[in-house]
Amino acid sequence: MLAKGGARQGMSTSTITSARRRVTGLRRLSWNGRVAVPTIIFAVVFTAFGLIHPRGISVITMTPWADQQAALGFAAAGQFMVVVTRGLDLSVGSVLALSNAVGSVMLNGSPLEIAGGMAVVLAVGALCGLLNGVAVVYGRVVPIIATLSTGAIYSGLALWVRPTPGGDVAEILNDLFTNEVFGVIPTSLVLLFGVVYAIWSVLSRTILGRSLYAIGSSEAAAYMSGLRADQVRLVAYMLSGFFAACGGLFLNFQTLSGDASVGASYTLNSIAAVVIGGASLAGGVGTVWGSILGAFVLRTIGAIMIFTSLPALAQPLFEGTVLLLAVSFSAIELVRAPNKLKALP
Amino acid sequence: MAGRAFVEMAGIGKSYGGVTALKDVDFSIATHSIHAVLGENGAGKSTLIKILAGVVAPDAGTFAFDGSAVAFASPRDAARLGIACVFQELSLVPDLTVADNIFLAHGSPRFGFFSRRVQRQDAERILAELDSEDINPAAAIRNLPLAQAQIVEIAKALVQQPRLLILDEATSALSERHVTRLFEILRGLRDGGRSIVYISHRMHEIESIADACSVFRNGQHVGTFAQGAKSPGDVIEMMIGRSIAQIYPPKRPVGAGAPLLEVRDLHWEHKVTGVSFSVRAGEVYGLGGLEGQGQTETLQALFGVLRRVSGEVSVGGTPVRVRSPRRAKRSDLAIAFVPEDRKTEGLHLHLSVSDNIALSVLGKLTRHGLLDRRREKSLVADMVERLRIRVSTTRAEVSTLSGGNQQKVVLAKWLAIEPRVILLCDPTRGIDVGTKAEIYKLLRELAAEGVAIVFYTTDYDELIGLCDRVGIFYGGRISQELSGAEMTETSIVKASFGLQAGDAREGGR
Amino acid sequence: MIAMLRRLDPSVIVLTAMIVLLVLIGSSELPNFLTSKYLLQQLQIASFLGVVATGAFVVILLGHIDLSVPWTMTASAMVATTVAGLGAKLPGAEALSIPLGILAGMTVGAFNGLGVAVLRVPSMIWTLGVNIVLLGGCVLVTGGFAPKGESTELMRALAVGRDLGVPNATLVWLALAAAVACILSGTAIGRAIYAIGNGERAAFLAGVQTGLTLFAAFVFAGGCNAVAGLLLAGYANQAYQAMGDPYLLPAIAAVVVGGTSIQGGKGAVLNVILAVVFVTLLTSVLSVLQMNDAQRQVIYGAVILGTLLIYGRLAPGWAARRAVTPHSKGSR
Repeated sequence: MLAKGGARQGMSTSTITSARRRVTGLRRLSWNGRVAVPTIIFAVVFTAFGLIHPRGISVITMTPWADQQAALGFAAAGQFMVVVTRGLDLSVGSVLALSNAVGSVMLNGSPLEIAGGMAVVLAVGALCGLLNGVAVVYGRVVPIIATLSTGAIYSGLALWVRPTPGGDVAEILNDLFTNEVFGVIPTSLVLLFGVVYAIWSVLSRTILGRSLYAIGSSEAAAYMSGLRADQVRLVAYMLSGFFAACGGLFLNFQTLSGDASVGASYTLNSIAAVVIGGASLAGGVGTVWGSILGAFVLRTIGAIMIFTSLPALAQPLFEGTVLLLAVSFSAIELVRAPNKLKALP
Repeated sequence: MAGRAFVEMAGIGKSYGGVTALKDVDFSIATHSIHAVLGENGAGKSTLIKILAGVVAPDAGTFAFDGSAVAFASPRDAARLGIACVFQELSLVPDLTVADNIFLAHGSPRFGFFSRRVQRQDAERILAELDSEDINPAAAIRNLPLAQAQIVEIAKALVQQPRLLILDEATSALSERHVTRLFEILRGLRDGGRSIVYISHRMHEIESIADACSVFRNGQHVGTFAQGAKSPGDVIEMMIGRSIAQIYPPKRPVGAGAPLLEVRDLHWEHKVTGVSFSVRAGEVYGLGGLEGQGQTETLQALFGVLRRVSGEVSVGGTPVRVRSPRRAKRSDLAIAFVPEDRKTEGLHLHLSVSDNIALSVLGKLTRHGLLDRRREKSLVADMVERLRIRVSTTRAEVSTLSGGNQQKVVLAKWLAIEPRVILLCDPTRGIDVGTKAEIYKLLRELAAEGVAIVFYTTDYDELIGLCDRVGIFYGGRISQELSGAEMTETSIVKASFGLQAGDAREGGR
Repeated sequence: MIAMLRRLDPSVIVLTAMIVLLVLIGSSELPNFLTSKYLLQQLQIASFLGVVATGAFVVILLGHIDLSVPWTMTASAMVATTVAGLGAKLPGAEALSIPLGILAGMTVGAFNGLGVAVLRVPSMIWTLGVNIVLLGGCVLVTGGFAPKGESTELMRALAVGRDLGVPNATLVWLALAAAVACILSGTAIGRAIYAIGNGERAAFLAGVQTGLTLFAAFVFAGGCNAVAGLLLAGYANQAYQAMGDPYLLPAIAAVVVGGTSIQGGKGAVLNVILAVVFVTLLTSVLSVLQMNDAQRQVIYGAVILGTLLIYGRLAPGWAARRAVTPHSKGSR
């Protein structure tokens, strides 16, 4: 691509400058497209939700809505960390379930014990993620397969910790985390955006965060630039596990119990969310915010179904259709590419 | 002027899968010096700098840096010691911005954090120093033309304030103005005591900047001398080990007759803007000009790779519309295409030699729905023999072959269809001199058998030595056609820069 | 001897060793493990997975993946049993149930192929979406219950009957696998599949119809999924919701444990057959050992990961030195 760029010696400076302006203009459009498309889809879906909901959009309706988003939002944020490095984490759901199961055992007692319990849950998630990273980086197993296998292990462990749904989670957690801040903003959203922002704002300003994109975009160039691809990958998988644990923990707050089978749908939905959110499975592109929006889109569709005359059973049909439409839309560019080789891997 | 030895290599050797890239090389680089390294493609220059930059580790020999022995495990180790490299194959991350790339690994972040604003200003400053204020630090590399990407690559190396700076063909796409500016910076670094290794094919650049020159040939260091101590002719002879005349087979007069391939007013996007030429049977037609003037796209268009191509193409007098490679290779057209990127477009590296060669003629090898193994075997054996592909077995993976032999496999694949027209896109890049000569000879033989050959190369020597006629591309079309005695280096260079022969005053268009 | 071993694929050696080990463990715990009755029963169970894995193998060989396995199986089985259920009113409908069921699967495969080969959407995402849509469609149409209608005689006979002492289901599986083996090693399409898996650009530039080949492979995989769904319905005498769910991941695991590269271009049918037997025996031995579900999953995941670590870490050079297609074997 680069080798066949446009301007050459023969061109005058003004030609180059105007060419650049045109190119960056296009770039800005396509970059914005990566954020704009999920934003537009979300706006449409959310407006539909507001119109269809019998009580409209208000504090009373927003909090339950937001509570539904949080767990998948976390899972999608975690999945994004891995996808941007050109990896994939198929154990997200299992890690989420395992941490949910662990949480159902640990989250009670004195405030100190509860805080300790949360730390343990998050550590379990991060550890699971780290193991995934080790299998991928040092075991040289392809990400899909490595995380598929570890996923089986983690859901086995979840079942071992919590053979049947239940558990005893301190009720205070539900009061604390599933209501509103200042009576207006749903706590779940504050939690979701707070945690992701805290981590992402640090990441995006360090070599580490830059490296996430760099190794996904071109591993060879990243290596030539002296980046530590191995360590970066480890961190990406670890973050994925950590965020999945956040999701599992939030489900603990919501249900005050644990369930080893709760994770099943999160793996594939988190991938769908990341893609709807504008990231490329080929790595290097997308934003964590887009991925979270993607999760919101999927969940809001589910919420809409509840309030329409459409049978609730049709929900997956709509979710699937939205996913297929979203990806087809972004594929149009490739299908019509003037150079047929562009579309080929 | 040159100071003490800064880098010292002794007995360095490196081979890839049985192919020797460097053999017993002793080489040293002084401080206060700009050291040019010369050699043909495949002479071992790029392996040398990859070793210096920690990209590959040598198999043999020792390597001392600033007086102490070192062994680099990765480019990171080399960068820590103050070695920075401007790579020919750009080491930029396509999806990140210019500023991000410049400071990718060396952002000197405060307490581990970048400030986007500071970084942007720093990027602007360094770009301004390179006379390139027009590059937007916020633009993604993916969208920059090659020349600007090259500047960014240079900026990225300069911000590291290296003690040893290596530039590998760093100026191939730069304008005169930028090259001059770069040279000023390099001289400043040299006077400040730094070491610089400069690799270029442009002799006049080396004459103007180098203090010392080293010549490599076939993986060996054949000599080092002070710049100006040898004549350009002597240097070239050192590089190729024989005179140019021996490399190219004699041309034969092309019989008059109707053109076999005729192209009229070919257009595609903004890259190809009205290309017209014709090639007779037995003729080798060269496509010249600076890189990226639409030559590759023209060949791709003729082979059916591009959509929405307009213009007229006829083969053997019949107008045709080639919509896919599959159509192009059908026996009524029999067009073959040797693509630019051997590794991803020309070959399946992890398939065997035999599988690669047979791939283009699977249909012909099929009898009653099944592949005829015997015919396949004999076809492959014929091709291996005809092209003298050096392999122990045709079952060997292509990835284990040397670059020259790999390219021969690509050619074999296409000769199998018994082509009438062969399109070649820079087929000798990164190939040793011996194999080059074999390929030239083969193309001449094919031409003698009545094949029309279209040959794109950026190497002036090849255009002059191999081709019967040359079309020079400028801005997406053939600006000038040269043949016979008109084909000189001067006329080709002039035409490449958009100047008409004999009219040097009128620059640009 | 060692030279001979070296010429064998490492995955064949590892899998054979593991299968022997599993049989030893199984027979030491369960006296009648090593009887033809028990082993044939295992082979019958393996067949459902085997048929799915055969389709998944071809798709993975091309460097793609089909995540629509579960609901393609379910939907095809539902179509077949529903058509069979119409037999009471429409004479002759029963005979059509199998062809229509398979046609349903191939139609899904064609839709997958459309997204992947024409729209060029990454197969992982496209087939994931298709799976969700199928799930939604099936649940919506049936109201979430098992559809009315039972399997036909023929479906039952194919699933549980035996001929020549071998389960019919196994014969179906081996026939499909043999067909794939022949196509891969003996035809132009087979070569094209390996070439595309190794690099679609180069294959396209060599004049291979890459889009058509991809499309055909997805149709074939859809057909395999349908056959597996029909067999399973024959086994259970009905179609039911989510009947295909337990087959997706084991099928992918079997293909990969069989030494097939998930990036495409490298793999052989025989190894996948061995891997299917291995995965089935592993499940069976774990239940013989009376492991609970939790332990089973942990060990299952760990064994598969361990096998891949052996391939990925311990024998990389071993595998890499060899050319990758089955017809490249031996014959120097």
